[in-house]
Amino acid sequence: MISFLSHLVNGISLGSVYAIIALGYSMVYGIAKMLNFAHGDVIMIGGYISFCATQYWGMSPLMSVVIAMIVCTALGVVIERLAYKPLRQASSLAVLITAIGMSYLLQNSAQLIWGANPKSFPSVVNIPTVSLFEGQLLISGETMVTVLANIVIMIALTIFTGKTKMGRAMRAVSEDKGAAELMGINVNATISLTFAIGSALAAIAGVLLCSAYPALMPTTGSMPGIKAFTAAVFGGIGSIPGALVGGLLLGVIEILGKAYVSTELGDAFVFAVLIVVLLVKPTGLLGKKVHEKV
Amino acid sequence: MKMSKKFRSNLITYALVIVAFIICQLAVDGTIEGFKMSRSLKGQLVPICVYIVMAVSLNLTVGISGELSLGHAGFMSVGAFSGIVMSSWLVSAFQFENELLRLLIAMITGGVMAGIAGVLIGIPVLRLRGDYLAIVTLAFGEIIRNVLNCLYFSLDGAKLYIGFNNPNLPGKVFVNGPAGATGVDKISTFVMGVVLILFTLFVILNLVNSRSGRAIMAIRDNRIAAESMGINVTKYKMMAFVTSAVLAGMAGALYGLNYSTVTAAKFRFDTSILVLVFVVLGGIGNIRGSIIAATVLTILPEVLRAFSDYRMLVYAIVLILVMLATNSPLLMNLVERIRPKKKTQVKEGDAA
Repeated sequence: MISFLSHLVNGISLGSVYAIIALGYSMVYGIAKMLNFAHGDVIMIGGYISFCATQYWGMSPLMSVVIAMIVCTALGVVIERLAYKPLRQASSLAVLITAIGMSYLLQNSAQLIWGANPKSFPSVVNIPTVSLFEGQLLISGETMVTVLANIVIMIALTIFTGKTKMGRAMRAVSEDKGAAELMGINVNATISLTFAIGSALAAIAGVLLCSAYPALMPTTGSMPGIKAFTAAVFGGIGSIPGALVGGLLLGVIEILGKAYVSTELGDAFVFAVLIVVLLVKPTGLLGKKVHEKV
Repeated sequence: MKMSKKFRSNLITYALVIVAFIICQLAVDGTIEGFKMSRSLKGQLVPICVYIVMAVSLNLTVGISGELSLGHAGFMSVGAFSGIVMSSWLVSAFQFENELLRLLIAMITGGVMAGIAGVLIGIPVLRLRGDYLAIVTLAFGEIIRNVLNCLYFSLDGAKLYIGFNNPNLPGKVFVNGPAGATGVDKISTFVMGVVLILFTLFVILNLVNSRSGRAIMAIRDNRIAAESMGINVTKYKMMAFVTSAVLAGMAGALYGLNYSTVTAAKFRFDTSILVLVFVVLGGIGNIRGSIIAATVLTILPEVLRAFSDYRMLVYAIVLILVMLATNSPLLMNLVERIRPKKKTQVKEGDAA
């Protein structure tokens, strides 16, 4: 029972990271209708910036997170302007391949700058581990911070998209680009803002991911990126609560699958659940049903 | 008039492959003075054939049938492993030493197994659309890789043992889960690769220009209109998907039998993406474009070896720039002004 609880805690911790990454994916997809494959690599860049800030530039862990967020936000906006904006009218496949090219570009740049060998990432969290049930259930500081960060981000984003003018503009653009433009919304600025928010979230996710799993290398972001994308689809792509539910469920399923079914098959288990969910609900758990018009 | 034009275009495609084969064969033999292929390039000959077949078969799914598949490497891995198992079993059970025949049987086995996988995966996948379909094919590709990582095969005379997550099998274990297949007979040949390319072209070009092919393209262009014309959507989508899987499986068998060690990790998600890049750069739906793109992009990293560390960076930048250039309205207008009506040939020119 205790071991189950401990796996559950690990699952929620991993799931929270997935949820934060999935949010970025989901928001970008909702607005730009594109799969941003480079998102996972922005996570990796965030990890490296934070690593450099604490190790080489002598900054405090909190400052390093802020710097990572600033750099990733700038990176996200620049990528959008240079690579994705010229392709706004192009086919979705062309945008997808460009995003893949961007992903290769970021990975290889990181490899040239920081080398291919994994770097041991010092955790940015210095909260002691809490032990419950006479030391049988350990909850690490990283877990608590990750879950807390996830909750704060979710609440902040829900308020932002629901209450503020810019948030409403974002929802309007994702609903109907043409109509939003007619209503006087600056569509390009709104899309840039979405990329900025998504990339800032990716930076946070990168730091949290590397704090929990400390090996940092140029390919660190790709698998969590794919899984987070899966989580976004799982919960219903384009929906904020969907990303939360999808991320958490995916993390818990992965850890429990690895613990109780088979270590090698953990990933296969995650993807199998995704397929079953999509067959029953083709637009994800909380996704909106799109009616087809002839 | 129209038919003969298509026929001529197909002939050019076949001729292109055969001429390229003769030139390569001359370069390998070194019959002409000063015209000899380097060793590293010689090692690339079979992989080039494999990637051409992969690209052409994926083009059937993505270009002709219009479904974005991100799990094509999954079918390749099924073909590779079943081909290796078949080839090893033939030797162990019947002392069957004829390499050419063994390769042929292995490739057919690979194709059949990948075809079965294609049917099983196609049933759920083809119910979905667009990006959801893409993510599910990606998921299946990853599942196949994970499952292959847990499979163990061993041979004891004519008996073949299969273990799931269990390496303690009787006899000689030759597929070791995550360590992959070891001690594989390298029986793949360049000639067989070219034969497979010609076979693939024959199947796909004939399919595209047939009644079924037109039905598949009608579904791609407008599913609802096609359905109301009485076209069985599921049947034709499945036909394209499974044909593509079978050809990928045959290519996989050829690929697997070209190396002494093959691991499931070779058929990662990156491989699927790589093949998709060939298809998109060659021009979606353009078979000849896929062949050229697969050849150029397989050789390119070898040629770029001079740049060593920078080669993948250059590759990424080239990829982005080509996508931006082919989709830039300015350039499209320019091309249209020079060559007014031949719209389909625009992509091909850019790929080369």
